[in-house]
Amino acid sequence: MNTFKLALAASAALLVPMAAHAAKTDLVMGMALEPPHLDPTAGAAAAIDEVVYANVFEGLTRIGSGGEVIPGLAESWTVSDDGKTYTFKLRSGAKFHDGSDLDAGDVKFSLDRARAEDSTNAQKPLFAAIDSVEVVDPTTVKVMLKNPQGSFLYNMGWGDAVIVAPESADANKESPVGTGPFKFDNWAKGSSITIVKNPDYWGEPVMLDKAEFRIIPDAAAAIPALLSGDVHAFANMPAGDALPQIQSDPRFTVVIGATEGETILSTNNKQPPFDNLKVRQAIAHTLDRQPIIDAASSGNGVPIGSHFSPANEAYVDLTGTYPHDIEKAKALMKEAGLEGGIKATLKLPPPAYARDGGQVIASQLKEIGIELEIIPVEWAQWLEQVFKGKDYDLTIVSHTEPNDIGIYARKDYYFQYDNPEFDKVIAELDVTSDQAARNDLFKKAQKILADDAVNGFLFELPKTGVWDAKLQGLWENSPIQANDLTKVKWTD
Amino acid sequence: MTAYILKRFGIGLLTLFFASVVVFSVLEIVPGDPARLMLGINATEDAIHALRQQMGLDDPLLVRYFSWILGFVTGDFGTSYTYSVPVIDLVAERAAVSLPLAILALFLSTAIAIPVGIFAAARRGKMADTAAMGIAQIGVAVPNFWFALLLVYIFAVWLRLVPAGGFPGWSAGIWPAMKSLIMPAVALAGLQAAVLARVTRGALIEVLGEDYIRTARAKGLPQRQVLWRHALRNAMIHVLTILGLQFAFLLAGTIIIENVFYLPGLGRLLFQAITQRDLIVVESVVVLLVATVIVVNMLVDVAYGIIDPRLRVR
Repeated sequence: MNTFKLALAASAALLVPMAAHAAKTDLVMGMALEPPHLDPTAGAAAAIDEVVYANVFEGLTRIGSGGEVIPGLAESWTVSDDGKTYTFKLRSGAKFHDGSDLDAGDVKFSLDRARAEDSTNAQKPLFAAIDSVEVVDPTTVKVMLKNPQGSFLYNMGWGDAVIVAPESADANKESPVGTGPFKFDNWAKGSSITIVKNPDYWGEPVMLDKAEFRIIPDAAAAIPALLSGDVHAFANMPAGDALPQIQSDPRFTVVIGATEGETILSTNNKQPPFDNLKVRQAIAHTLDRQPIIDAASSGNGVPIGSHFSPANEAYVDLTGTYPHDIEKAKALMKEAGLEGGIKATLKLPPPAYARDGGQVIASQLKEIGIELEIIPVEWAQWLEQVFKGKDYDLTIVSHTEPNDIGIYARKDYYFQYDNPEFDKVIAELDVTSDQAARNDLFKKAQKILADDAVNGFLFELPKTGVWDAKLQGLWENSPIQANDLTKVKWTD
Repeated sequence: MTAYILKRFGIGLLTLFFASVVVFSVLEIVPGDPARLMLGINATEDAIHALRQQMGLDDPLLVRYFSWILGFVTGDFGTSYTYSVPVIDLVAERAAVSLPLAILALFLSTAIAIPVGIFAAARRGKMADTAAMGIAQIGVAVPNFWFALLLVYIFAVWLRLVPAGGFPGWSAGIWPAMKSLIMPAVALAGLQAAVLARVTRGALIEVLGEDYIRTARAKGLPQRQVLWRHALRNAMIHVLTILGLQFAFLLAGTIIIENVFYLPGLGRLLFQAITQRDLIVVESVVVLLVATVIVVNMLVDVAYGIIDPRLRVR
């Protein structure tokens, strides 16, 4: 009997995974899309920043977990009275991963490269206000602007504005060399990307020795990967219907956070009959956001009434501008002379929020006689036909760039919205740096877009963070697309 | 035999040429600009233009086709638009996963299916035959991604014997790499084995009804010898045909299984390249796969000739 018990105990001991006494220092993070390359200054793919931002590369400033601007490679800065000259003081002791020192020349190189004629920077407008960059001494750099720009320090915190070295810039796509607390280690294409702790980091050292980003494109595969312990965390998990099961499991922490993704029913404002304000208002009165959110993102997501993130301090709730009211909507359609109903197309890109949300929107708009033909498209097609060709009536897409209300002032943008009053507000914003004044202008801009019912404003895309309950320091919200691992640690 | 092989080879080359033209033109017609896709929706027109020039996308159609084909013949497959590494490296990396996986799955399915097929044919109409074919029927009907998920839940989530997916690379050692290929191979082999077992049984039963089998029996050969020496050899023609087709499928048609196990294989590479409009990768991978299929078919043809000398003269 005793031997039997002993054998039982022994086998039980074997079954229990080796209890880790020292806190773990490695992390495996799952991500759905593989970055095409690892140079954040040469591509728009969010997956690039999700690996390298704040971990491998740093800019003059940085965006913190709450969306605030914090010092990065510039430890401090001063702004001239006319708001046109920024003088940055760089960190002393900051080094690139290849051992060379960071100096003002690297900053000048990086900014000049991003705004050059042949630049392939995906966010070139960020640098449009820069007139010239001047090296004062090795740790001081002066940036002269053409006009005061309120968002300049914020712009310099984007992943597209990170500082690179002239010697390594061209090879960053394959082997990124930055100044961050992690160094690039290995990229097994199609499988995983590994970064390791940088022992020579200028600032506070990170608590992880190694972090692996494992690419798991299939939502169905993400769940077993988490349950089996192969993957410790998903910054944004495609959990779908399995989310309640994970939420009830004490081994995991689930945090539904906010992103900067305004999910909207984009409307072609120059395409009849959508060029008619009454028709757009009718659509706004018809859209019932909660059922759309239920279908498009499992009920998570904050309703929005304009193109602005609820997480931002300048946000105003405009969801009540055109309350859900079918009778009113029908009346507006009648006023537009379209009580007989219309036919239009709804082009849907691949993400679930578009494909699933689109079904609900089509059935809602049917109630006021708008018959939508749903056309599923791939991203490449969407960019070509909808975005570039403006060949569409309606589409659903999430605009994930932070603070991007300014796109409504762009003349060639695919909404084809044109309102001089709005353009004036944005032009004023561009040259205003006082935060309170900026917030007022942001509020004004939101109001104009809501009143004009430019697009069907639906909801803010949620971020479904799922990670091991023993992990700390991962971002709850994503004010920018990043997986900042600098504060992540395991607890016992 | 030499003339026979040469003729097959010539036909193969011609097929390959047509395939390259078709692939290239189809990708020209499909909408989507790789430069725009890479730079996203906030990019300015001049940034996109600069990238297009870097990628050489603004060259005329024929120039691009011929530079691609010339490179292909000389072994230079070009550079991936999105990954900006040589296509040959990408393909080699992915083939190091897909090829062993395909061979493992093919080996497993053959090892299971042929004995089962012979067994069932020999006991045609009996209980054992009905049971074996019943299981095979289920094997054909069950979707392999579902079977794969079932395997993951049992062996990875529950028993934690194997990883739920991923591939550590051959540099991590033979055993860890093999360990992550076992489940995908089983998931793939399930369906293949079911099909193969049914084909083996069917072919064997057909052959067993031939006159020369009756003659063999009549001259007093034991059942065993009739089956193994006379019937099986002739039935193998059909089995080989299916095997050839299956290998081609296993090499490229495994996108779903590669997704379930998030393996970095050729199928995934192709899928990814198509969605990202990484045209040069799509073109090269497709033509390489066509070449592989042609080679496998040639080998099958040659094997026909070995098994059945009558076919050599045709």
